[in-house]
This record gives sequence, structure tokens and C-alpha cells, in this order.
Amino acid sequence: MNQRRVVVTGMGAVAPIGQGIAAYWDSLAAGRCGIGPISLIPTERLGVKIAAEIKDFNPQAHFDARRIGLMDRLAQLAVVAAREAVAQSGLCFEKGAALSQRTATIIGSGVGGQHSLDDSYRKLYGENATRVHPFTIPRLMINCGTSHITMDLGLTGPAFTVASACASANHAVAVAYQMVRSGAVEVAVTGGAESCITVGTMKGWEAMRVMAAETCRPFSRNRTGMSLGEGAAIVVLESLESAKARGAEILGEIIGVGMSADAGDLTSPDINGAARAVELALADAGLGVEQVDYINAHGTGTTINDATETQVIKRVFGDHARTLAISSTKSMVGHALGAAGGLELVATLLALAKGVLPPTVNYAEPDPECDLDYVPNVARERDARVALSNSFAFGGLNAVLAVRRFEG
Amino acid sequence: MVDVVNDVLDIIASKATSVPRDKLELEAKLTDLGIASLDVVEIVFALEEKFDIQIPFNANSAQLEFRTIGQVIEAVAKLVAEKS
Repeated sequence: MNQRRVVVTGMGAVAPIGQGIAAYWDSLAAGRCGIGPISLIPTERLGVKIAAEIKDFNPQAHFDARRIGLMDRLAQLAVVAAREAVAQSGLCFEKGAALSQRTATIIGSGVGGQHSLDDSYRKLYGENATRVHPFTIPRLMINCGTSHITMDLGLTGPAFTVASACASANHAVAVAYQMVRSGAVEVAVTGGAESCITVGTMKGWEAMRVMAAETCRPFSRNRTGMSLGEGAAIVVLESLESAKARGAEILGEIIGVGMSADAGDLTSPDINGAARAVELALADAGLGVEQVDYINAHGTGTTINDATETQVIKRVFGDHARTLAISSTKSMVGHALGAAGGLELVATLLALAKGVLPPTVNYAEPDPECDLDYVPNVARERDARVALSNSFAFGGLNAVLAVRRFEG
Repeated sequence: MVDVVNDVLDIIASKATSVPRDKLELEAKLTDLGIASLDVVEIVFALEEKFDIQIPFNANSAQLEFRTIGQVIEAVAKLVAEKS
């Protein structure tokens, strides 16, 4: 089969620590933590009152009032990130033209338009309203991000949302990568978007008893769990030939993906399933273990995830596990569920391009169960060429992306 | 107190697939009774609903002693007493 090389020619991000790629990267490199007291929703009924919110996102700066009425915050974040990515790529889509029809839009979202769902249910059950807003359904549907991106940018090719909880974005990018690689499409706009910090969602996560009360400290011995985040991160993928032919700036290369299901416990990670996804990504990319310089970890900050992920890395990489660098950017942006893999892919591409590895912040003390190099607290200059980005979702669904700095 | 003990045992027994209700011992660890981590979370929920209490249990933190049946009973009895 004719396999094309797949490169990244555009990136966009809206994150709790920065809106736009430049601001996002500045914060990642500075080790800025975006987790703090919740201010955008009522907190009096919450036991856990911290999250990584995008505090200063202003929809009116991006959309007119009629559009805003149709868009959950998830869709707003998704479109803003997609606009930035497509603008950077230099691609111009004319709705219905050949390129538009040959461009896929594949976005990961784990839980959909939670603000719209929460608002409607509060009014219905809490305030005894007799009716809900007529846009409730189109606002909350889980494909809202994908649909609004296609409408905003005039993309008329294959388009759908991928949902696999915390691995949604990685699965979306994996499918988009395979479609570009195989020639099924010329271009793919892909990544993840999520806006899940609502009272209802927070209560649900609280009830799982896996939320940190104070802050998220991945791989640190005193970690007490995860923190929710929100955001969107989108990339533009296209074939190397296409990018070269039009003289586009190439920002990085996706070189392989690995996917697996644990078929075991619903919420506890499984070393075998996760390791298999990592091994499949390495094999798909044709990589030997010693070629990997950096891993952007799933790194949620729960006791079991971080210890299991450490075991996975040791099992797959053997002695090289102690040489490569690992970090969890969730320590800065929280866990944005379906957007997490997108935010982490962008962080990984930027790390390789700039030769700087983002840190695991809030790291306080070594854990015997997590005894590798997690780039604690301070970013590190390192000439890293090849990286993996891990996502191991609730439900036992795993997806790992392999990326390389573009060197021609 | 007797009611608390019986109710706690009922709730734990509903999840402890490997040991019958009348064989549950105070020293037994939940993990040794075939109770998975997700079951523990559901037990905490059931206890909170039953007694109308808030149990400060975090699966990632050892702040609350919550490993054995005796510790669960003790924690629940304390919270029920504090409430009344």
C-alpha cells in the first residue's frame, strides 16, 4: 500500500494557560499552573472547588450574537482553535470546492455540550420550568464542535466526532492521520475540544473520589488525584508532498499511532492494554525504543494511573525508560477529557520544534512507584527528535501518537 | 450503633462477592473480599445515602482509614454521631 508521510502545517489552541499557540507555549515553557479556584460556575454545592478554567475567554470577540446562541462553549473553543490552525496552515477552503471535499474534520470530544445540558436540566428540574430552549439539543450534541468547525471553515469532506472519554482526541488524530496517510483525504483538521466544568459534571467526578482537593501533582508521592480542565487544540494534517508543493511551513510530523482496548476493568488502567498501545505506536512508526526522547504522559495525577503508566514505560522501554524524559502537562492544564490529547499533541509538537520539554509542575516528592524522569517543575532544554503522546481512557480505551520533529 | 453495624455490613455484603454476609469479619480488608476499587466508591455512596452523611474518602489519599470493615464501621459511626 502506498503510504504517504503526514505532516502538521497548522496548530491552534485555547487552553486554561493561554489562548493561542504563542500564549499556550509561553505558559508551558514557564511551567504555569492553570488549576485554581473555580470562578465561572457556582461552587457552593461542590466539594472540590478547583479546576483549570479558561478564565478570560470572550465569545463576543469571536462570534456574533446569533452564532453564540447556537453554540455550547465546547463548540466556541473548538472553532477558535480551528481558525488559528487553518490560518497558520495557509490553506484556503472554498465551500464545496475540490479541496474542501477532500478535507476531513475529525474532532475528539468526551462528553459533549455539558453547559447546555446542565443549564436545561437545572431549569427543568431545579426551577420547574415547563420548557427548555429550542437549541438545547443542537447545542449539547457531542458532534457540536466538529459541525461548527465545518460550517465556519467551509469543510465539506468526511466529518465526525470521536468519543472515547479521555482518549477521544488521540483517537480522532489517529483516524485523521490514517486517512491522510492512505490518501483517503488530502487534508485533515483534527484534535479535541471539551468544556466540562459544570456543576453536574463536577459532582459526577467528585463522586468517583478521584479528584484532587488542592491541586494536581502527577507522579509526585503526595498526589491526591486529577483536576478537571477544559479547552480545545486543533492541528492541520496533510501529506508531505502537498505541504512541500505549496511551500507550507512544516511544524512537525505524525509518524505512527497505536490503539488498544483493555477489555478489563471499566475505570482502572491496565498495564497490558496500555503497553500494547505504546508498542503498536512504535511498530507503526518503525521506531526502536531507544529512538524515543520524550513522552507526554497521560499523567492524570491519580495514584493508580501514574504508577501504572510508569510500569508501562518500564516494560516497553526497558533500560531506556531511565534515559528518556516524561512529563504530564495535565499538571498545568488539568484534565480536559476529550480535548486532553489535542492539548498534549500540540505541547509535544512544540516541545520538539523548540527543543524545550514542558515540565510536570506541582511535583513535590519522589514516589518509589514512580521513579523515572518526569521533568519536575522546570522546563528543560533538550534536543528531542521523537516523542510519544499517551492517552489511556476510562473504559479501557487507549491511543498513543508517535511524532517527530520535521527535518526534511 | 447496632443498626449502623448491621447496615454497613449489609451494604458491604452486597459487593463482597467472595464472602457471605455472616462470614464478614471486622479485620477483613475490603480488597480481600473481592471488592474492586469501583465497588468501594459505590459503597461510599451507598453509606452516604443511607446515613445522610458526607464521607471524606478520596481513592488517592490515605487520610481516612477505610481499608477494613472495622474501619468503615468506625468512620460511619463517628460521622453519624457527629450529625446528631
